Amino acid sequence: MRWWRRESGRARLPRGEGPWAWLSAGSVSLSLLLLALLLGLLVSRGLGHFWSADVALVTLQDGRQLAGRAVREAPLPGGSGRERLYRTGNRDLDGAIWDWVALTAIRDVDYPQELVVLERRRWSEFIGRLVALAPEAGPRLEGEAAWSALEERLLELEARREAIRELREQTILPLVRRLEREGESEATQALAMAEARVAELRASLAGASLVLESVSGKRLIQPLEEVVRARRPNAMTAFDKLVAWGQDVWRFLSEGPRAANTAGGVWPAIFGTILMVMLMSLLVTPFGVLAAVYLNEVAHQGRLTRLVRIGVRNLAGVPSIVYGVFGLGVFVYGIGGRLDSWFFEASLPSPTFGTGGLLWASLTLALLTLPVVIVATEEGLARIPHRQREGALALGATRLEMLTRVVLPMATPAMLTGVILAVARAAGEVAPLMLVGVAKLAPQVPVDGDFPFLHLERKFMHLGYHIFDAAFHGGDVQAAMPLIYATALLLVLVILMLNLTAIFLRHHLRSRHGTLSSY
Amino acid sequence: MPVTREARPAGGAFIDFDPQATSLEIRGFGLRYGDKPALHDLTLRVPRHRVTAFIGPSGCGKSTLLRALNRLHDLNEEVVQEGEIRLEGQDIHAPEVAVAELRRRVGMVFQAPNPFPMSIYDNVAFGLRLQGGLRKRRLDDIVEWALHSAALWDEVKDRLRASAWSLSGGQQQRLVIARTLAVGPEVLLLDEPASALDPISTLKVEELIRNLKASLTLVLVTHNMQQAARVSDYTAFLQNGELVEYAPTDTLFTNPRLRRTENYITGRMA
Repeated sequence: MRWWRRESGRARLPRGEGPWAWLSAGSVSLSLLLLALLLGLLVSRGLGHFWSADVALVTLQDGRQLAGRAVREAPLPGGSGRERLYRTGNRDLDGAIWDWVALTAIRDVDYPQELVVLERRRWSEFIGRLVALAPEAGPRLEGEAAWSALEERLLELEARREAIRELREQTILPLVRRLEREGESEATQALAMAEARVAELRASLAGASLVLESVSGKRLIQPLEEVVRARRPNAMTAFDKLVAWGQDVWRFLSEGPRAANTAGGVWPAIFGTILMVMLMSLLVTPFGVLAAVYLNEVAHQGRLTRLVRIGVRNLAGVPSIVYGVFGLGVFVYGIGGRLDSWFFEASLPSPTFGTGGLLWASLTLALLTLPVVIVATEEGLARIPHRQREGALALGATRLEMLTRVVLPMATPAMLTGVILAVARAAGEVAPLMLVGVAKLAPQVPVDGDFPFLHLERKFMHLGYHIFDAAFHGGDVQAAMPLIYATALLLVLVILMLNLTAIFLRHHLRSRHGTLSSY
Repeated sequence: MPVTREARPAGGAFIDFDPQATSLEIRGFGLRYGDKPALHDLTLRVPRHRVTAFIGPSGCGKSTLLRALNRLHDLNEEVVQEGEIRLEGQDIHAPEVAVAELRRRVGMVFQAPNPFPMSIYDNVAFGLRLQGGLRKRRLDDIVEWALHSAALWDEVKDRLRASAWSLSGGQQQRLVIARTLAVGPEVLLLDEPASALDPISTLKVEELIRNLKASLTLVLVTHNMQQAARVSDYTAFLQNGELVEYAPTDTLFTNPRLRRTENYITGRMA
C-alpha cells in the first residue's frame, strides 16, 4: 500500500523537477495574491468613499431614532451578538459622528426619501431633514420648494466661490508678492480694490440660512454659505449616484484640501509630487550618466575605480532619512542660507532659500537616487559590444565621437531603466522630504503666471506626506480613513503613470532599430 | 614586378618589392601585451593594389598584426610596440600623424558584422559626417557610390531609411565594407571578414574583395586556406608571432620553401 501511494505521488510531479517548481510557483502566486489584496483594499476603500450610499433611518427598541450610513459590523464585546457602526454626522448636534448600535437593539430600518446629507465646511456632514430655507429677504420656503431652491442656491454659491478663488490666486497673491518685493503705491491701490471686491462677493454669500432638523428632533439654523453640497441619496437612482460619484472623484482630484487635510481634494499634492519627481529626474539623469561614463569609459580600471564603484553601490543602501538630514544641513542651511545672505538680504530674517523648498527636496532625492542611475547606466555601457566601439574608431572617430554617437545612444534604454528605478524610489519617499521642504498645507502650487513661473524656493505638498499627515495629525482618524485610502491609491497610480511614461519612452527608443538580435 | 628572394636568419622568407609598389612597410615590428610577447621582429612589405593574406594557426598573432596597422592597439594601455610601420613611406607612429586621420586612410572590417543601430543610410554616412562639411547632395552621391562599390546598392536602394540591423548577416558585412569605403581609404584591413557568414554570402564578399583591389590595397586575415588561395595575390604564413614564409600565393601553396609551412597548409600541424 505504502509503495503504491509513493508511486502515484511521484507520477503527479514532472520528473526531475521535484518540489522546487512547486515552491517557486507558490511564492509567485503568493506575492501576486498579496499585491492584488493591497490594490483591492485601496480601490474598494478609497473609491467607495465617494459613493453616495443610502442613508438608513434606524428605529431602536426604545423608540430612539438615528440616521446614518452603515460602515461596518463587529462582534459585541463579551460574546453574544454583533454591533454595527453608523456614521451619523452632526458633530455640532451630537458631539460625535459615530454611533455603535447592537443589532438586537434595532427594531426597524427604513430608507425614507426625504433624508438629506449636507456637506459643510465645518462640523463635518449633516444628516437629517430639511425643514425650510430662509432667504435674505422674502418668505421662507418649505418642503419640496425648499429643496429645489437649495439646489439652485448651491450652484450660485459655487460660482461665486470660484470667482473669489480666482480673484485671490490671479490678482491678490501676485500683488502681495509684488508689494513684498518692491513696495509700490500703485500695487497697494490695486490690492485694496481687489480686496474690496472679494469682501463684496463674500458678503453676497452670507444671509440665507437653512432650518434643519435631525431625526432625533434637534433643530439647527445652518448658514447657507457653509454648505458645500446637498444630496438626498435615498432619492437618487443608480445613475444619479454614478454621476455624483464622478463629480466627487473629480473634486477630490482637482480641489485643495479642507478641514486640516481630512476632507476636500488633493490637487496641490498631486501636482507637487509629479513636479518634484520630474525635477529630480532632470537633476539626477545628467549627473548619473556622466558619472557612469567616467567610471566605465574614462577612468583607469584600477583599484581606486573599483573602490569608488563599491562605494556608489553601497550608497544605494543608506536610509533615506540620512539623506534628509544631509539635505537639511548642506542644502537648506548651508547653501540656502548662503544664497539668502548674498541675494535676498532685503527679505531677511524671513528666509527665501534658507528653508525647505522644492529645489532642495528635488536635489536631496536626486542625491538619494543617484546610485541607482549610475549603476544602471554603467551596466548598459558595459553591455555594448566591443566591436561597436572599434567600428566607430576604425572609421576615424575620436573617443568622444565614439561615445556620443555610438555608445551613448545604444546605452539610452539602460539609462532610462535607471531613471525608471529612480522615479519609483523617489516618488514613494516621505521621510527625507519632511526635513527639506514638504508642507502640511500649501494650496498654492509652485507654478504660476508670476515671474519666474516655477518657484523653486516654495514649499510644496506631497501625496505621501499627505497620507502621513491625515493619518497622524488629523482630529478624527476614523473619519479621514477613506481619504487616506483614496490618497494612497492615487499615489500608487501616480507612480505607475510616471513609470509607464518612462517605459513607453524606452520601448520607443528600442523599437526604432528593430530587434537587437546581435546585441 | 621584380621579385627577389632572400633567406632570413629566422629561417623564413620574404618578398622584397620595389619601394614604388609598396603600400605598407613593416620593419622589425614586435608587440607584447604586458609581459606576454605576441609578435617578434616582423619585416614585410605589403604591395599596393593587391590582396595580401595573413594565414596561420589561432593565436599566431595575425589579427594582432592587422590591428597594429591602423593603431587600434592604442586603446590598450598594456600593449608595448617596437619597430616601425610605414604607410606610403611615413611612420604611422610619428607624433605628427593624427590617429583619426590614419584610421580613415587605413579602414578596417571586423570578424562579426558591426553595423551601428541606425538606418542603412546613416551607417554609410557615419564616417563622412564625422569629417563634416559635406552637403546633403554630395553625401547622397557618396553613399550611393559606396553601396554600389560594396555590391549592396540593388538590395537596399528602396529601404535606405530602414534599420541596418534588419539586414541579413552577409548584407550587414557588405554594409560595413560600404561604410568603410565611404571615407575613401587607401588600405582596407579585413579581419576574417567571412568567418561569421554562410557560404553564399562568403562568395559574395570574396568576389567583392577581388573587385576592390583595382582601387585599394587589401590585407586579409583568414584561417581558411582555401579562401586565402582563392582571393589573395600574396600570402604570409605566421606562427608563434613570427613570420615564417611570405611568397606569392601560388608559390606558397604549391611549392612552399619550408617544412613548417608545408605541414601547416597540408594540415599536418602538431
